[in-house]
Amino acid sequence: MRPRAVIAEDLYLLREGLVHLLQAHGFEVVAAVESGPELLKALTAERPDVAVVDVRLPPTFTDEGLQAALAARQAVPGLPILVLSQHVEQLYARELLADGSGGIGYLLKDRVFNADQFVDAVRRVAAGGTAMDPEVIAKLLASTARHGPLAALTPREREVLELMAEGRSNAAISQRLFLSESAVGKHTANIFAKLGLGPSDDDNRRVLAVLTYLNAARS
Amino acid sequence: MRRYATATGRSLLLGLLALADLLLAMVTLLGIVLSFTLGMIFLFTPAVRVIRWRTTLARRLSGRWLGREVGPSYLPPPPPVRPQPDGWYRYDRQLYKTPRWPEWNNRWKWMCSDPATWRDGLWLLLNPLMGVVLLLPAVAAGYGAAAAWRWHPAALPAGLAVTAAAVAAAPRLLRFYGWWHELLLGPTAKSLLASRIHTLDQARLETADSQASELRRIERDLHDGAQARLVAIGMTLGAVEALVDSDPAAAKALLAKARDASSTALTELRDLVRGIHPPVLAERGLGDAVRALALDSPLKAEVTVDLKTRPEAPVESAAYFSVSELLTNAARHGGADRVWIDVSGRGKSLRITVTDDGSGGADPERGSGLRGIERRLAAFDGVLAVSSPRGGPTTATIDLPHALVWEEERDPRPRMPRWKWLIVGLGYGLGWLPLFAQGVVAAVMKAVAPENKSWFYTLYLPESAQWPMIAFNVVLGVGMYAAAVLIPIQHSRERWMAEATPRRLWLDR
Repeated sequence: MRPRAVIAEDLYLLREGLVHLLQAHGFEVVAAVESGPELLKALTAERPDVAVVDVRLPPTFTDEGLQAALAARQAVPGLPILVLSQHVEQLYARELLADGSGGIGYLLKDRVFNADQFVDAVRRVAAGGTAMDPEVIAKLLASTARHGPLAALTPREREVLELMAEGRSNAAISQRLFLSESAVGKHTANIFAKLGLGPSDDDNRRVLAVLTYLNAARS
Repeated sequence: MRRYATATGRSLLLGLLALADLLLAMVTLLGIVLSFTLGMIFLFTPAVRVIRWRTTLARRLSGRWLGREVGPSYLPPPPPVRPQPDGWYRYDRQLYKTPRWPEWNNRWKWMCSDPATWRDGLWLLLNPLMGVVLLLPAVAAGYGAAAAWRWHPAALPAGLAVTAAAVAAAPRLLRFYGWWHELLLGPTAKSLLASRIHTLDQARLETADSQASELRRIERDLHDGAQARLVAIGMTLGAVEALVDSDPAAAKALLAKARDASSTALTELRDLVRGIHPPVLAERGLGDAVRALALDSPLKAEVTVDLKTRPEAPVESAAYFSVSELLTNAARHGGADRVWIDVSGRGKSLRITVTDDGSGGADPERGSGLRGIERRLAAFDGVLAVSSPRGGPTTATIDLPHALVWEEERDPRPRMPRWKWLIVGLGYGLGWLPLFAQGVVAAVMKAVAPENKSWFYTLYLPESAQWPMIAFNVVLGVGMYAAAVLIPIQHSRERWMAEATPRRLWLDR
C-alpha cells in the first residue's frame, strides 16, 4: 500500500511541487491544504502516514503550521510530521521533540531542492524516525561545544554525531562518510561511551538520547 | 548626635553665605534696575550672569548638603549666529558686520524671556531673610550655652534646654531650606519642555540616521549577495539551455552548480532577514524570541519571561536586538559562562535585565555596542543602565517605560470605601441646608427683620443661643462641603495633587 501524505503549504507553486514530488516517489497525497485550521482538520480526519507542514500559514502567518502540528500530535500521539520552514530555530526543534515519541522532522525549505535526500527524510519520518536539519544540529553543537565532554570527541566522531543527531542510521552514515558500517558502529560506541550514554541500536531512540544530551548539556 | 552637629554647622555656614548674599543682591538688583530705568542694558547680562553663578552654587550645595537634588532650570542657550551668504550678520531687520551684536541681542532675549531668571532673582532677594532664619539654631545654641555657662545657676537648665531645642530643630530647618530651593530654583515647566524637546529632537535625528544606515546596509547586502547570485543563476541556466542538446553531461553539472548558488542565495537572504526582523520574533513575540536567542548563544542562559501582552512591533524589535547585542557583548568581551535574562512587564513599562558572571568593566561611554543599544532604545524613550564593576558581575537593565500600551491600566490606588462615598454624597447633597438655609440666610433675616422667624429654626431658640447656633450652622455647612471636596482628593492624592498643586502654578513654572 502506498503511504498516505498530507501537505500544508500556502504558496501555490511550492505546494504543487511538493505534491508532484511525493506522488512521483510513490506517496498518495490525500490532502493538500493552505491554512492552519484546514491542516488541523485534515490531520485529525485523515490520520496520514506522514504530513509535510510549513511553519508559517494563513490566517495569522505566524507559527500557525507548527501549532496545528503540535495540536494534532497531542490528539494523535506519534503522528509523523515533517515541518518545513524558511529558517530553523532550536526553540521549535525542542518543542517538536518534547513529547519524545519520534516521527518528527524539521527541515529548511531549501532541502526540497535535493529531491532524493528530501524524500529519504520524509520516509524516515513516516517510519517513526527523526530528520533534523543539519543547521539545527550545527547550532546545537556550536552552542554546546564550549562545555562538557563534547570537546573530547575527535573530529571524525563529531561528524558522526552530527549525522546521528540528524536522524540517520548507521548505514546512511557510512554511505555519507565513505566508511564501513562497522567503523561507524565503532565510532558511535565511542561517542556514547564518551558522553556517558547507554548504547542503543534503535535509530530513533538514539537520536532522542543524543538530542536530550545536547539540550541538557547547556542548561 | 553627629547628624545634629553637622546640621547645625551647615545651617551656620549656609546662613552666613545667605547673609553675604545681601551684598550680591543689592549690586545685581542695582544693575538690573539701572538697565531697565536708565537704559544701561549693558549691565543686565553681567548681573544675570552673577545671579546664575550664585544660584548654580546654591543648587550644588542643595544636592550635597540638603539632600535635595535641584536640577538646572534654564532654557537652552541660543545657537551661535551664522553669517548670511553675503557675509553679513542679521538680527531682525538689521544687518551687522560682526556677529557681536546679534549674539548680544540673542543672549539678552534668552535671559530676559526665561522665567528662571526672574525666579533666580527672587530667590537671591529673599535669601538673606532665609539666612537670618538659618542662623537661628547656631545663635540660639550659642546664646543658650553662654547663658548656662556664665550667669545664674537657675539659667543652667533653661540655657541647656534652649541649646537642645535649637540643635534639634536644625535638621528640620535644613529640610525646609531645601524645599525652598526646590520651590524657586527647581526646573520650570518651560525648561522641562525645552529639554524634552531637545531630547526628542536628538532621538529623532539618531533614529532617522540609524534607519538610513540600516537601509544602506540592506541594500548593499542584497546587491552583493542575493542579487548577484540570481544573476549568476540566470547566466548558468542560459548556458545550460545552449548545452543541453550537445553536451547533456556538462549541462547537468551546470544545473547542480545553479542549485548550489540558489541554496547559497537563500542562506544569505535568511541571514539578512534575521538581521532585519527575526522570524521567530514575528511568529512568537519577544518572550520566545529571547528564549531562542538564549538557545543560540554559546553561554548557558536562563530566561524568565513575565509578559501578558505583546509590545508594539518596533519596540519589540528594538528590545530584541538590544538583548542580542548584550548577549554578544557578554560572550565576546565579558568572558562570561552563564547569563540570566529576565523580561518582565509592569504596568506600561517593559523591563529587561541581562546579568552575566563575566569579568565586568563594561563602560557605555567606550563600548560602541552599548552606545548603539542606547540609540536604538532612545527612539522609544527607553534607557539602558549598566552596572559593571571590575571583576563582575555585569548587569544591564533596559527600561522601556511606554512599551506596553495595550496593558490594561491598573489603578494602584485602593477604591474609596462606601462610607466615604456616603459622606461625600451627604456633603454635596445636604451641605446647603445648614450653610445657606439655616446659616447665612437666617443670619441675614435676623439682622434685617428680627420679628419674622418663618422657617429658621435657630430664631425660635432663646435669644442668647441664636447667634452661636447660626455660626455653628455656617461652620457645619462649610465643613460638609469641605469634607465632600477633600475626601476624594485625599484619597487619590497622586492624581489630583500632581495636577493642581500650587507648586505647579507657582510663578509661571
